[in-house]
Amino acid sequence: MRVRVILITGVARPLGARFARSLAADDELEVIGVDVLPPKYDIGRARYVRADIRSAAIGRLISGSDVETVVHLGMISSPPGAGGRSMMKEINVIGTMQLLAACQTSQSVRRLIARSSAAVYGASPRDPARFTEDMAARSEPRSGFGKDAREMESYVDGLARRRPDLVVTVLRFADLIGAHADSALARYLSLPVVPTPMGYDARLQFLHPVDAVTALDLVTHTDLPGTFNVAAPDVITLRQALAVLGRAAVPVPTPMAPTVAFFGRQSGWADMTGDRIDAVTYGRSMDISRFAAATGFRPAYSSRSALEDFAASLRPGRLRVPRVGELLQRAVETARQQQAGRSSGGTDG
Amino acid sequence: MGDADVISLDDHRDDHDHDHDQVPPGFSGKLSDLIGAAQRFVTGLAELPMEQLRTVADDPLRELLGLLTRAGVDWSGTTDDVADYIRHRMSGDYAVDEFGFDPEFTTTIVLPALRQVARTWFRVEVQGAENIPTDGAALLVANHAGTLPIDALILQSVIFEEVERHARNLGADLVFETPYVGDFARKIGVTLACQEDAERLLGSGELVTVFPEGFKGLGKLYSERYKLQRFGRGGFVSAAVRAGVPIVPISIVGSEEIYPQIGQLPTLARILGVPYFPVTPLFPLLGVIGMIPLPSKWIIRFGEQIATDELPQGAAEDPMVVFNVTDQVRDTIQHSLYELLNQRRGIFS
Repeated sequence: MRVRVILITGVARPLGARFARSLAADDELEVIGVDVLPPKYDIGRARYVRADIRSAAIGRLISGSDVETVVHLGMISSPPGAGGRSMMKEINVIGTMQLLAACQTSQSVRRLIARSSAAVYGASPRDPARFTEDMAARSEPRSGFGKDAREMESYVDGLARRRPDLVVTVLRFADLIGAHADSALARYLSLPVVPTPMGYDARLQFLHPVDAVTALDLVTHTDLPGTFNVAAPDVITLRQALAVLGRAAVPVPTPMAPTVAFFGRQSGWADMTGDRIDAVTYGRSMDISRFAAATGFRPAYSSRSALEDFAASLRPGRLRVPRVGELLQRAVETARQQQAGRSSGGTDG
Repeated sequence: MGDADVISLDDHRDDHDHDHDQVPPGFSGKLSDLIGAAQRFVTGLAELPMEQLRTVADDPLRELLGLLTRAGVDWSGTTDDVADYIRHRMSGDYAVDEFGFDPEFTTTIVLPALRQVARTWFRVEVQGAENIPTDGAALLVANHAGTLPIDALILQSVIFEEVERHARNLGADLVFETPYVGDFARKIGVTLACQEDAERLLGSGELVTVFPEGFKGLGKLYSERYKLQRFGRGGFVSAAVRAGVPIVPISIVGSEEIYPQIGQLPTLARILGVPYFPVTPLFPLLGVIGMIPLPSKWIIRFGEQIATDELPQGAAEDPMVVFNVTDQVRDTIQHSLYELLNQRRGIFS
């Protein structure tokens, strides 16, 4: 039997590396990992090929290696150190176009899996509680990663129309969080004091990288065309999340939020773009029943336990739970003692 | 003439000097009092038990509980409840559902407070409580009045009193745009009035309350009291028909008189971005005091359930059926409003 060749983009980053490592453990698969930077994380038996998906070289690689499945994890959600937003846009949009063009002309490719994001739904006060895959954003993200993800999805749709014989799967992931997570949202949540939108308490929904890999694995091994939301079933509010992380919140009036976010970006603390500010103001959650029905996927982590996994890998915050609990315990004991003292004093008198 | 002027000026100057020389006895008395008080305060500061202050600063919560005990609060039995509650809240260890509903907060804090208001302030009389479904989904449709949605809160509290179920109100998007208001609304179980959320709640067997008049009902003038406004496009009816759940018409008398609107300030409303800015006999004249609702006598009647599960297939998409059911609900509410108004002896009794 011929071995299946699977090409994964974006293996320099944690999710790509993790997925490449897990796939490469299977002897019947040949896994090629592509990125412009060498992988920082272990990619196991996968073969790393240094290539830029923005160049035509990717096309030669795909046709030359007889690639059967392309897994596109190469979108980046925050600007890389150098180049800023325009570089990010180029990697996300031009890179995707180039990769899809290569898939379209290739004779060997028969399956494309693209990782998208919950960010395509935007976030606004007019949103329904849960987004299903068929719902459109009530306020379309006009900047940042959300906009890129929308454009990427529209190119993928275009490819699916032009090559109906391809199996095209789009997975919209919730924000990834778990031990040592390093994303814009993770950096924001782990600030020593976290500026929060005053008077709002957004619903957050997460996905643990372990579950993300499971979901990718499922669609790599079965034909499952379509778009699917992938996330933990529950939601956790921003205030709860900060309590779990032991972080102090500093409420910021929403008209001032872009200014505060601007300074946060400039100083390199947290990359909170307009669409992310909306997400931590109004909240957003996705309905995950379609993917569960199609694959039987059940996330191992809830949003809360994924966040707790992240919290355990962080330096504990000032308001961490044991400290608060200890203070409360002392207070209760004192109250009881005083109560006892008062009632015994009363009977004596 | 010139001489006379000079003399008169001199006279004035003399007056001034006189003032400076002899301070009125009353004032000097006050001044010395003040100085004395300040001196006593400063010496008092030095005499403060620094040790005690330090312990207060060390553990403020414990001191607070101690003070409350001394003030005569009986902790027996409640100490653990209170401490448990505070511990849950501070550690984020409480659950919210996908809509952001926080049952712990609602049943521990909000509903007990509302129950007091409903009983002692509005003296709510409930009729037809047997028509509230004790299990399974149902759509509750009520009239909306009173400038602020106090009627929604009172209705939620009354339903919880009667059947121990949390009725889930549907609110306008303005609610979720407004800081604090939107947050509070989500915590007590309100979600956006849209087809998707209504069907999701009905599908999971919840009681869902809608106020189809919306701001048209809430913001109408006192002269329009108890005249039902337009019921929208009947979106709520098609949601109920699609889910096959009964509709319970609810008539609320008393809510119209809590803030009798005698006029509106449209320009100010436009500037503030709110649907209307009310003028009542007491507001904005008396400011915050004018915001206390008048203690009108309330009667809430739950009408007989209107079944929708016997309607033909596809009735939810049939505008004729939807309009007929909408009219039926509207007429029922309007008729019982007139009946209840006749029953009520006076606005405040």
